[in-house]
Amino acid sequence: MTEREKILEVKGLQTTFFTDDGEVPAVDNVDFHIREGEVLGIVGESGCGKSVTSLSIMGLVPSPPGKITNGEILFEDHDLTKLPEKKMRDIRGNDIAMIFQEPMTSLNPLFTIGNQLEEAVKIHKKDWSKKQVYNRAVEMMKLVGLPRAEGLMKEYPHQLSGGMRQRVMIAMALLCDPKVLIADEPTTALDVTIQAQILKLIKNLNKELNTAVLLITHDLGVVAETCERVVVMYAGKVVEEGPVGAIFKDPQHPYTRGLLESVPDMRFKKDRLYSIPGNVPKPGSIKTGCRFAPRCEFAFDRCVEETPPLYQTAEEHQTRCFLFDPKEAEKHDRTIVKS
Amino acid sequence: MTEQLLKVEGLKKYFPIKSGIFGRVSNHVKAVDDISFSVKKGETLGIVGESGCGKSTTGRMLMRLLEPTEGKVTFDGQELTSLSNSEMRIARRDIQMVFQDPYASLNPRHTIEKILMEPLNVHNIGDPKERKQKVYEFLEIVGLSSYHAKRYPHQFSGGQRQRIGIARALMTNPKLIIADEPVSALDVSIQAQVLNLMQDLQKELKLTYIFIAHDLGVVRHISDRVGVMYLGNMAEMADTEDLYEKPLHPYTQALLTAVPVPDPAFEREEVVIKGDVPSPANPPSGCRFHTRCPFKMDICETTVPIFAEVEKGHSVACHLYEESRPQ
Repeated sequence: MTEREKILEVKGLQTTFFTDDGEVPAVDNVDFHIREGEVLGIVGESGCGKSVTSLSIMGLVPSPPGKITNGEILFEDHDLTKLPEKKMRDIRGNDIAMIFQEPMTSLNPLFTIGNQLEEAVKIHKKDWSKKQVYNRAVEMMKLVGLPRAEGLMKEYPHQLSGGMRQRVMIAMALLCDPKVLIADEPTTALDVTIQAQILKLIKNLNKELNTAVLLITHDLGVVAETCERVVVMYAGKVVEEGPVGAIFKDPQHPYTRGLLESVPDMRFKKDRLYSIPGNVPKPGSIKTGCRFAPRCEFAFDRCVEETPPLYQTAEEHQTRCFLFDPKEAEKHDRTIVKS
Repeated sequence: MTEQLLKVEGLKKYFPIKSGIFGRVSNHVKAVDDISFSVKKGETLGIVGESGCGKSTTGRMLMRLLEPTEGKVTFDGQELTSLSNSEMRIARRDIQMVFQDPYASLNPRHTIEKILMEPLNVHNIGDPKERKQKVYEFLEIVGLSSYHAKRYPHQFSGGQRQRIGIARALMTNPKLIIADEPVSALDVSIQAQVLNLMQDLQKELKLTYIFIAHDLGVVRHISDRVGVMYLGNMAEMADTEDLYEKPLHPYTQALLTAVPVPDPAFEREEVVIKGDVPSPANPPSGCRFHTRCPFKMDICETTVPIFAEVEKGHSVACHLYEESRPQ
């Protein structure tokens, strides 16, 4: 693989929510980067901090109670965490765009599709003529595969189906040729046949326009299908990171392995599903040690006492687990017991 | 051994659309339009389909939480659709339901004990002491502890709440459980726990399940037979292995290839179908799938295909298989 340049880099990001019950670090010391034109996936279960990570990048963390307390987000020589809001507004929607899970609530029901698309262009391209703005909107609608684009410009969101609305959202996000597109659970609210259409569209657009995509999802199937690299998050931390092929073929962190084992695969029937015991911990409830230790079948004393660092296990493949500390490797057998 | 527990014949549900100031009925949403199937004792029948296909409406009609517009439901030799309301209430002892949203289906003001005791009170089972005993017993059975009885729903996680929902359904020792998307609100790791629990309970208590879901992986895992619904019709029904390995209906084929597989090395055949599901208020003529079907013929636009067996135990509603049907 040719080395492509890093376009966005997140370093030691910590986003904390200051609540009545104390400080909750929803995202805790997260590092990752996206390269030009690649599709990076972030997977994890609810409460793992994947959405807060994306909101941090966009500078959209609800504040108060949330705040980026540490770390930097580097994008084209800027540190997004330190940028004043006015500057941030130029980047948001222009260089980095985002699509959300619920296409109904992300569109304003009182304005036509055309209105909303044109507004997005007008904000960033102030010197464009009305005609140019209109043409750009129609062009994007056609690009995302919406039929009768001109007609749709005059329609309201409620007249469209869920899949069409998500296409409009994608069109809107791509209006200003962003370099990075953040897609937060873009297909979760859609039916499988529509999901397949939207994923295919995102993949095609990524290739055609060379837009880097950060895809946030809980669905391992979606990741396997669309992403090149994956970051697995658990309780606010990155537990594993690597190329898609390696993560699915040779998962290393016990959490990743457990997660992959517990998905019912449509292609064959297992007698019994593997299940990770226990529940996802409340954010901030585990202060010391590995956050997965209470649910981990390999946990030993050290896991509860210290927080494991990320160990490099192969080129581009890292995992946050003491089993991969060269010192521990001899003592512990890390082959998973499959029932 | 293969005794029929539930038989559904020609079940229909039309919701009226009212318009104008006098609320005149101008049209109907045909949520479920003439479906028939049966469930054997001890098996799990999975019902899959996309949103709006009528799978939940079907589940609710079986319990008569929704009154069917037409059709007959026979449960254990008793015709449910002809019972009076009070007779139906007694019959519901044997049919219980598990709902999708574990947050909305438990009363936040009641303790778990009160929630679980309710079905026993309604059906007048046992005396207060026995009822309490039973609550504790079932909490243990679903993997919780008796000390949880004094707590309120908000003190539990989603997975635990779904366990409580299952315990509530089991309180009256039902024969049939209708589970409407019981795991779709849960995280993957918790989903596996709940699915395993449901399978264990089925073995232990000899339950029959109707498992309604949109996740094809989950349905394959838990079901013995599967029915695929599209726009209020049953498109195909077969043994699980048959249906997943040899899907006949073009819709089933498209649905199966659309599911993302957790394996990056997997190469799929692409049968991506175009367009959206049409409105059930104004369904296409003939075969309801013809607007999106890649194998559409002329006859599909005019004639409704019959849902009938093509091979033993494998039924499909599609004109492509008209000739291969045993006469």
